[in-house]
Amino acid sequence: MFSPDNLQAIWLTLRLATTATLLLLLIGTPLAWWLARTHSWLRGPVAAIVALPLVLPPTVLGFYLLLALAPAGPIGQLTGALGLGSLAFTFEGLVIGSILYSLPFVVQPIQNAFHAMGDGPLEVAATFGAGPWQRFFTVAIPLARSGFISGSILGFAHTVGEFGVVLMIGGNIPGETRVVSVQIYEQVEALQFGEAHWLAGSMVVFSFLVLLVVYGSIGRHAIPGMRFGN
Amino acid sequence: MRADLQPRIPAVQAPGTLQARISYTMAQPAGGRFQLDLDAEIPATGITCVFGASGSGKTTLLRCLAGLDRPQAARLTVDGEVWQDENRFMPTHLRRIGYVFQDSSLLPHLSARRNLHYGRDPGDGADTADAVKLLGIEHLLDKFPRQLSGGERQRVALARALLSKPRLLLLDEPLSALDVARKQELLPYLQRLPAELDCPIVHVTHSPDEVARLAAHVLVLDHGECVASGSVTELMASRRLPVNAAGESGVVLETTIAGHDADWNLAEAEYADGRMLIPDPGVAMGGLVRLRILARDISLSHAEEAHSSILNRLPATVERIEESPDTAMCMVHLRVGDSTRLLSRVSRKSSRRLGLAPSSEIYAEIKSVAILQ
Repeated sequence: MFSPDNLQAIWLTLRLATTATLLLLLIGTPLAWWLARTHSWLRGPVAAIVALPLVLPPTVLGFYLLLALAPAGPIGQLTGALGLGSLAFTFEGLVIGSILYSLPFVVQPIQNAFHAMGDGPLEVAATFGAGPWQRFFTVAIPLARSGFISGSILGFAHTVGEFGVVLMIGGNIPGETRVVSVQIYEQVEALQFGEAHWLAGSMVVFSFLVLLVVYGSIGRHAIPGMRFGN
Repeated sequence: MRADLQPRIPAVQAPGTLQARISYTMAQPAGGRFQLDLDAEIPATGITCVFGASGSGKTTLLRCLAGLDRPQAARLTVDGEVWQDENRFMPTHLRRIGYVFQDSSLLPHLSARRNLHYGRDPGDGADTADAVKLLGIEHLLDKFPRQLSGGERQRVALARALLSKPRLLLLDEPLSALDVARKQELLPYLQRLPAELDCPIVHVTHSPDEVARLAAHVLVLDHGECVASGSVTELMASRRLPVNAAGESGVVLETTIAGHDADWNLAEAEYADGRMLIPDPGVAMGGLVRLRILARDISLSHAEEAHSSILNRLPATVERIEESPDTAMCMVHLRVGDSTRLLSRVSRKSSRRLGLAPSSEIYAEIKSVAILQ
């Protein structure tokens, strides 16, 4: 069914998507909270930056990331100073690219869920004697559950479907940066249509199932963050 | 006598009292500014009703007391503890308050039971059982707020407020989202609150009926300012409680049941200056009953022994008469005995025919009495 090369690409893709999604939840949750609640003038600019990957061609993002990750770039100099070398054409570099590329898909649903919740439940919890941290973990996060679910699923699926950024900053190193989308491209270039069919078909089924879960199980409620198409 | 032996003037303040001096300017979403300016003292006994039209600043006042809004200048002390002054602002979660909102005073993702326990020390099992029983919510504990009716939600919220042993209980129109039947159902629970809690209870309302039923003290707000405050009996008798229609004017009397007449299902209610007969409210001897007598239900006459159906005919003195030439009716302020005050709404023509003037002696004939609690 799947050749060892294909299995390796699938495994790498799942590892990349899982790592990126977990890190995105860590970074995205406080960011979404801040965006949902701040009255600062910085809200607009920050929201625009978070949303940039929605409209930019992945090649643009990849191009600047490549420059930044290169030994002379700002991130490259930092990682070089830390003894990590350049992250361009590495798995870690791909994780960084994926985080930037998928950021809006995780942040926006969570931000919308925090926003939809309103101040009411948090004020009730405060009158119940709950401090800010307790309110965040026992009220805000449980009430924003659907936002976290759709944010995680969309972030994961979007990372799986990433192509342009990977090609720009990851190249095509088996077991390190050759993810499923790149593998399909390779196989089509090499006219291995049979192999490509397996992977491409699997991607169609996978994506359909993911969206079915998002729209089906949470469909009773409004799904925050499913307003933009991609 | 040496100066330091002079008796010090103690800070005269009953325990538990809330003192609030608030000056708060807030920008309104629709534009413009709203200003709340207030200096009030709220006792720890009985319910204090904050009464006013919508937009008068009632809810804003509660939010300032709770620490949900932060007024620019305020001095708040509860039972001597400073909650806010020039240097300090105690956040809401440290204030030990109970707060019942108009609707949704519960956390929507937790069952009623977990709402009662949220953020509290476990192990107050006996208290929980008492509060649950007092509010009759045993059968609701495993339901979620969305599965409860409005009245049930408010009862759970009241139980939660009781359980937190608050130093201040804030009720923001807890009845306003309920239909008439549910209101009647919840009122007795509210009336019982002062017996259960010895902290100030602030009840915000725009309903004169709720004021008459619940309030011991009243604070009247208008455009962010306190325009009248005092005991409910005094404010109602002096007509400083703004009610919409003159027909709703009346007085509230605190009475004690002093006898029963089982033959006629009547009871004798003793007020400060006498007794009157009322329909038996089913309250034991010595029980407290609050009566409301509307001004339109008191007529006036000179003859003591009129042959009529009136049960209560009280000798009274006219204190003053409110009238204006362009209306048919006038409001007669009466005093019975030393301190009991009544209001009577009669036509100006009748008033003239009876020759009413300040200090006239007259009989107040009470046509009906409403038993409030």
